[in-house]
Amino acid sequence: MAGLITMDDLTNEQILEILADAERLLPVARGEIYLPLLQGRILGNLFFEPSTRTRMSFETAMKRLGGDVVNLGDVKTSSVVKGETLFDTIQMVDGYTDIIAMRHPRQGAAQYAQDAASVPILNGGDGAGHHPTQTMLDLFTIKQAHGRLEGLKVVLAGDLRYGRTVHSLSHALTRFGCELIFASPDLLKMPEEIVSDLRAQGADVVETEDLYDSMNDADVVYMTRIQKERFADEDEYARCAGAYKLHARHLNEVKTDMIIMHPLPRVDEIDPSVDATRHARYFEQAFNGVVARMALLCRLLGVPVPEVVQGGAL
Amino acid sequence: MSNEHSMRRVTAIRNGTVIDHIPSGQAMRVLEMLGIGGATAVPVSLVMNVPSKKMGSKDIIKVEDREVTQPELDRLALVAPDAHVSIIRAYSVAEKLTINLGEEVVNVVRCTFSNCITTNLREPQDHRLKVVKRDPLQLRCHYCGRPQDLAELANNVL
Repeated sequence: MAGLITMDDLTNEQILEILADAERLLPVARGEIYLPLLQGRILGNLFFEPSTRTRMSFETAMKRLGGDVVNLGDVKTSSVVKGETLFDTIQMVDGYTDIIAMRHPRQGAAQYAQDAASVPILNGGDGAGHHPTQTMLDLFTIKQAHGRLEGLKVVLAGDLRYGRTVHSLSHALTRFGCELIFASPDLLKMPEEIVSDLRAQGADVVETEDLYDSMNDADVVYMTRIQKERFADEDEYARCAGAYKLHARHLNEVKTDMIIMHPLPRVDEIDPSVDATRHARYFEQAFNGVVARMALLCRLLGVPVPEVVQGGAL
Repeated sequence: MSNEHSMRRVTAIRNGTVIDHIPSGQAMRVLEMLGIGGATAVPVSLVMNVPSKKMGSKDIIKVEDREVTQPELDRLALVAPDAHVSIIRAYSVAEKLTINLGEEVVNVVRCTFSNCITTNLREPQDHRLKVVKRDPLQLRCHYCGRPQDLAELANNVL
């Protein structure tokens, strides 16, 4: 396998294998045991736009496995500001590292980088395009909660137009036969080409503007942030944002094992009253970013995860 | 009406290129893709929506004193992949050219999506559009994966 640019780079079988690897690596991710599977390997972190969780969890994942990380640092102080092309930056970092994690504001940048590089590229988000490592941690979180991925009913809510997280995730869930409900304001609907792609793959997709009504028999509710800057007028923003705000009182009728996820950061879309409910999974989900990325780093570097994970105590 | 009658709607040319079997209504887009506009000095004749046995109706273009080049044929493949192109010399067909629309269109046009990485023209890698479907033509960018706006492609010729 070269790199991970979109979820199409993985078969369902590979996805399940990587999730199983991740499950076994949990004690390593928690720091309970030390297992330096990636000792001597270097990850290049190339984040051309801001990232907290993705960048930090890649770094943590690599270090928990005994590997090292070099960072591009702030784009404003790198040679990008001097006008260096992405092609040249990749050529350079390719020589310094064994694998590259990258986020870029332009769509297609990860594939472009993979074509230019000899080391694997892990796409950490390219414009409004794909974010497959987030999808892997989302799938891990869902499987952890429900024990399976197949045939679940998943509500994706909020900004479905610009949110790359939900684009990658909905493709992956379709491959596992999940029923998808897209709940969003009209302005932020899932792009038409994605809906038609999903339907062509046999997905059962329902589009609605009513979040609360669609939650009752769902297994997963995946919330996303509605960004104020997407709206021309503030009243419209307030109306839309208000209709996609989850509060503990909205959860009385939902299934007991339904989980609420969010790629974070959240603003107002999940009220803190939800945090203490049995449904909240977004902080575990953020932690799972480490373990999912650990499993992906091992897979892309060709390092098998032992069937029984044992290591030295810290 | 026979094909011969359709061809005779405009006079025969001495030297140049005849593009026949253009899908009806696409002649203007063909001219755009070939960069032939008001400022072009050579005479250009165009007939649109003439009956055709094979296609029902079709468009035909005759460009005098200009022979289409391979890069122009590659662009033509995006709007009229089944067109017949003949090079005319001294009133006779000197050459028949074949349009090949392969699996991928490389360095002919750039992606129509404004936030694609390839919109930075300083990036040196090839511009690559994958042919997803031939009839009707559907293209996607190799890098960003976006479906291409065919009407916009003429503005993105490289």
